[in-house]
Amino acid sequence: MNATTSPHPTRRLILQGAISLALIGLGNLPFGTAHAAANDKYPEEAFRQKGEADAIKALYGKTAEPSDKIKLDAPEIAENGGVVPISVTTTLDKVTSISFFVAENPNALAASYRIPDGTLPAVANRLKMAKTTNVTAIVEADGKLYSATKEVKVTVGGCGG
Amino acid sequence: MASSIRVRATSNGDITEVQALIQHPMDTGLVKDSKGEVIPAHFIQQLKFECNGKDVFVADWGTAVSKDPYVKFSFKGAKKGDDLKISWTDNKGGSDTTTAKIA
Repeated sequence: MNATTSPHPTRRLILQGAISLALIGLGNLPFGTAHAAANDKYPEEAFRQKGEADAIKALYGKTAEPSDKIKLDAPEIAENGGVVPISVTTTLDKVTSISFFVAENPNALAASYRIPDGTLPAVANRLKMAKTTNVTAIVEADGKLYSATKEVKVTVGGCGG
Repeated sequence: MASSIRVRATSNGDITEVQALIQHPMDTGLVKDSKGEVIPAHFIQQLKFECNGKDVFVADWGTAVSKDPYVKFSFKGAKKGDDLKISWTDNKGGSDTTTAKIA
């Protein structure tokens, strides 16, 4: 056995080295492309944040200032927290994205919409709300962040069975 | 299987208004069923609208989007008869695609 295996260790080492190099190479490749396509990537980290401030930071990496050019439409009172119609329109220029945050949900970030050139800066959707809390819309325009906030009273939460 | 996506896209000449309704449970992973077992999270993560080879609207969703989600938006640069392609993917690797004609 020894006689037959003794010439092998070096060859095996070289082979192993080659394989691990190949694996490292393969591992790097998707990482590189993922970075290039960062614009198109699902912002998993931001959706995992609990608080609103952390979620905004994870998604945009900066803070927003309130703006009266954003119109956030949400009901005063939502009878069913499972389906709360919320919409936003803005007169801001060069809007690139609009995001919705529900402050006291288990995870604050609810939805984030990318607005390419030619798409109007207005979105309507329906969100779940755990309880009475603030809904914030963040509009990214010309590289800056603007926000509008409104409190919605929830009589039946959206997270109970 | 019938498509999970229902879309209405109407053009008024300059602007195309799109409304989409998708059938999906959008489970948060926080709710228990009648036996007290947690229903695992199952929700749409990304929803994309493409028209004439260009993304016109991309939605990234978390679990706080309501069950059977609805979304409405408008865009410029399309005309009646153009195709609008809609596709979604969820956190379990599920997906669906459909194409609608702009009316």
